[in-house]
This record gives sequence, C-alpha cells and structure tokens, in this order.
Amino acid sequence: MTILQQNPSLPTAVYPDKLLLPLWAEIVRVIPEAEGVTTLQLKFVDPQVQELYHFEPGQFNMLYIPGCGEAAISMSSDRESAAGLIVHTIRQIGNLTRAAARLKIGDLVGIRGPFGTSWPLETIQGMDVVIACGGIGLPPLRGAINKIIRDRTRYGKVTLLYGARTPRDLLYQSEYETWQKAGLDLQVTVDRGDENWTGRVGVVPMWFYHFKVDPHKTAVLTCGPEIMMRFVIYEALARRIPPANIYISLERNMKCGQGACGHCQQGPYFICKDGPIFPFSTLENIFNVEEY
Amino acid sequence: MTDKNPTIGSSVSLPKSELDNLLANLRKMGFQTIGPCLQDESIVYKGVQGLKDLPQGIQSEQLPSSYRLIQSGKPRYFDFIPGSHSWKQLLFPPRHTLFTVVKDGSWQFKENEDQEQSYALIGVRACELAAIHVQDKVFLRSDFSDPVYRKRREGLFILAVNCLDPDATCFCTSMGTGPKHTTGFDLCITELDEVFLVEIGSELGRSLIADRNFDFPSAFVQTAANQAIEHANESILRRLDTSDLPGLLMENLDADQWTDVGKRCLACANCTQVCPTCFCWDATDRVDILGKSSVRERIWDSCFNPKFSYVVGGNTRPNIRSRYRQWLTHKLGAWQGQFGVLGCVGCGRCITWCPAGIDLTAEVEAIRAEVKA
Repeated sequence: MTILQQNPSLPTAVYPDKLLLPLWAEIVRVIPEAEGVTTLQLKFVDPQVQELYHFEPGQFNMLYIPGCGEAAISMSSDRESAAGLIVHTIRQIGNLTRAAARLKIGDLVGIRGPFGTSWPLETIQGMDVVIACGGIGLPPLRGAINKIIRDRTRYGKVTLLYGARTPRDLLYQSEYETWQKAGLDLQVTVDRGDENWTGRVGVVPMWFYHFKVDPHKTAVLTCGPEIMMRFVIYEALARRIPPANIYISLERNMKCGQGACGHCQQGPYFICKDGPIFPFSTLENIFNVEEY
Repeated sequence: MTDKNPTIGSSVSLPKSELDNLLANLRKMGFQTIGPCLQDESIVYKGVQGLKDLPQGIQSEQLPSSYRLIQSGKPRYFDFIPGSHSWKQLLFPPRHTLFTVVKDGSWQFKENEDQEQSYALIGVRACELAAIHVQDKVFLRSDFSDPVYRKRREGLFILAVNCLDPDATCFCTSMGTGPKHTTGFDLCITELDEVFLVEIGSELGRSLIADRNFDFPSAFVQTAANQAIEHANESILRRLDTSDLPGLLMENLDADQWTDVGKRCLACANCTQVCPTCFCWDATDRVDILGKSSVRERIWDSCFNPKFSYVVGGNTRPNIRSRYRQWLTHKLGAWQGQFGVLGCVGCGRCITWCPAGIDLTAEVEAIRAEVKA
C-alpha cells in the first residue's frame, strides 16, 4: 500500500500503488433521508487504513460498486461528528447511485480518496459566513457546518440558506434544531410548498433581497445546481462581496480523481485536484463561458 | 568487428544489413523490437525482426484528410512519415485491465499482474520522441505516477530516425521538435542510400554499436547527412505561429471561428486517437452474465465523445463547437499551465486523419486574424 501525500496542506490520501484499485469499505449504517436520497456510513475493512484515512469537509471519494463502476461522491460529514465513519449522502439519479441505495449493512464498496480541495474554514475565521446550498448541495457542506458550530466563537454571523424542491425533500431535518441552538441562522426555502408549509417559497439567491450583508467581512460558501450557484454569485457580487471570498464547489464528470483522466477539465483546471472548491476569483474568466 | 571504440555523442557509419544483428541482440536482451511495417496500405507499428519487415522503398504523401503510400524504389527503409499509429499505443495501451472483482462469498479484488514490458522502439521520429516527453509530464508527475505507463516507459529502448522527407502536414519546425533529433534516444539513424549514419546517445546504444561492424563516417557521409537534414528542415512549409498561443485561445473563447469549425467537425474523435500526446481515458466495468465477476478496464476516451463530459442533468458540452474548442484550447493552451509544455508536437496526424480535413494550424490562424480584425 502506498500512502500518498497529495499536498502538504491537505489530509493524507490512502490507496495502493495500483491504478484505480480501491480499498474495501463496509457499510455500517444505512439511513433513508428523503425520497430517493440515502446516507451510507462506511468504514474501511483494513483497520490500518481506517486509522490513517483523514479528510476535510468538501473533499470527495471515488466510490466503487462492483460491476457498476465508480463515481465521485462528496463527504457528507466530518470525521468527528460521525465517530470516524465515512459518510456519503447519495441521491439516486443514475445506475451507480441507484445501486448504492440498494446496499445493505455489511455490504462492501470500494473507496479511493480523499481527493480535492476542502472548504476554507481556517481562512474565513473571524468573518460572517453565508452558506448557500440547494438540493443535494447540502451534504458536501454538512461537515463544514458541523465544524463551524464546534468552533462557533471563531466566526461571526453564520447563515445557512438551504433550498429544496418540496418540504419532503429537505435533508437532515432532525439536525436543524441543533444547528440553530448552536447559533446558526437557518433560512429554508422550497420551490413548491405543501398544505403544511408555512416557510418561504422561492429560490436560494432571493434571500439576498431580504437581508443585509457586510461585504467587507462576509464569506460565501455555495454548493448546488450550477444555475443556483450562478445567481448566488451574482447576488453576492452585486453586494460587493469580493470574488476571493466567494467559494464555490464545482461538479464535473470524473474518472480518476487525480487530474489524470482528463474528464473534469474546465479551462486551466482539473476540477478533481485543483477543485472541487475554488475561490470565485480564480474562475471569473471561465465560469460564465457557455459549455466550457 | 573492429577494434575501434565508439563514444557517446559520436556517430558511426553502419552497413544497413547490420540492423538485423542489432535488433537480434536487442531481442536477446529481452526487448520486443517494435517498428514500422506495411499493412493495409498504411504504416503500422508492430513487431519487427529485421530489415525484411521494414517498408523498403516506400514514401508517404499526406495532406489534410489524405494519406497514401508511394513505391519510390529507393533503397531506404525509413523514407516515409508515420501513419495513424503512434508509440502511445505501447506506453499507454488503448485497453488495459486494471483489476477483476470476483464474488466468492463476498467481493474480492484480483489484481491484474501487469508484466514488465521491455519495448525497443525502432524508427522513432523527432516529433514522436517529443510526444513521449510530453506524455512523461502527464503520466509521471510528483502528485500522480501512472503505474501502467511507468512500467513501459522505464525499460524503453529508443532507436530514433531523423526525418529526411517530410510531408505537407508536418510542422515540427514550428513546435521546435524536429525534424532532427537532439537528445533522449539510445541510437539515432540518419539514413542514406548506402549506409545508416548512427549517432550514439546512451551507454546501451554504445555497447550495441561496439559489437557491430561499423566504420567512422567519411566526410562525404557526414556532409550528405547534414545536407539531407538541412533539406528536410527547409521543405517543411506548414507553420503554426506559437507566439502567445495559450493567451490567444483562452482569451477568445467566444470567437466566431469556433462556431465555424463546429459546423465542419464531425466529432469522430480521429484526431484524439491518432494524436501522440492526447491522454484522456475512461474506466468501465465489464460484468459477466451471472453477475459473479466484473473486469474493470481503462480505455482511451476522447473529449469529442458526447458522453465525455456527462454529469447528472446533462452534458457539459452538448455542441461540437464547444468540444472542438475544448480540444484545441487544452492542447495549445491549458496544457502549458498544467504540464509546462504545449500538448502539440507538430506531427500533423490530426490534419491527415481528419475526415473533414480540418487543419489546426489554419484554425489558429483564422482565430488570430479574427482577433486582429
């Protein structure tokens, strides 16, 4: 086994010196989150790997399901909150994710990782934080939310803007109270309410119409559909939040996670290793280029 | 056998028939000797035993979307410009089994025991050697080292050949890669009608030559070789202006020319498959019908394939315009920042093998003209 130090500032990645060969991990727990969304909690079969493996919120694993293939799935928690387990919240959308949803406790999946950059939780200390996410964009931010809450005094105002299609699609509902008690301003919006919904209806970027941000000390972390992020950025820039303080998590087709297979390129970047999380200042010239 | 002792950096004059012995010695050392062969009216790279397998008296004529071979009758073995094959297919196999996963109670990985491959490449052109050096930067990095490529690259023997009769699609002089070799080979041949002038580039190359019946070259042979190389240099007329090429392409992503070329390009992916530097790959699972085992393979992919950029919700680049733009801005733009070199060596394969005759040098010129206008 080779332990690969990808980058001194990033956690240690653990995988063998065999191209694309994953390491086995066992499903410890399966949690249905919402219709078509399942959380898997995993641990490596090899205790040594389980010990060495460390990641930061915002990074991702390549999850391999025998016979189905492999996909990039983000970490949906931090290690501390999940008792050392690896947590992946997966929306069933394709062959692999549907197979993932059929997995049971004790089943094996392959893991390579962690890959990519993480949320800049050190850099943004002392600032107000606006976390703007939509749909399955919340799971990659949950680890960051947990970490911010644990170190709550190191951050200013923390606001979580979260949008889902309907109230039934809202993820992690049992945790909202904990987050709010820890001093997180939770603003939930849905595209379509139901008979019991008394909350906001609309899209995430519209939140900026209703609240005041201090552009000099606000950082934005955003993850969700690209169209949502596009308008979050638009609204944030309109309020003079500097592009360097807007952090965005991008999604592209990925096969390797190591900047080798070529699929995830956008402009000069390999999203898998230069991203997935970028300060918007590094994307300004390419983010709005159509089909790039 | 002579008692003369050749040195690295010097050149010797070698009777052509001695190439057979040289290849035989390479095989004795465990190398597979791979070189150019005539097959299906094209030049392909495959196992060669000696001179009898090489395409004697064959010249090539390449134009945009056109490739043909001509019988010249000349007593030369390396008088053509390579075809669609490149050495990439040996170092970076088009299809490679990564591992097999087997269900025996629970799932288990069976690693593919990748054998050491020792290839001796016979007849590597200067642009092709430059392409290997480009792929070295892609596959052998401090943050990623491709074990499949590394295994094949480390044991490589390179018998280089200087091109003396370039085709109309060649533009190595613009990319600074040829037609003459400078470094990185074990042996380098300049072929004259009567003899090979062989430059020695490594200790292994020197020891192989020391065993052969060679002569130190006469002034006549030296002069003839120099003149032939000079002539080759001058006969390359195609140009690619590389001044600020990454900036030109990456700052003009909305140029009209992308739309124009998007209408002509068929997205067949030929250019990426024949390109000696294109490295994109896919990994797929091949499952047996009982669902008891699955073979995971790496295969060549192409940024022209519609599924290349597929993510949930659609394809990032549904239009051919954006796929061509991705290819060209990567190869002649982003590549520089990613790997420290441009991804083009000027071999001209993508021009020859494009069924629509798209010529990247012309596309770059058109964008340059559009920007200037």
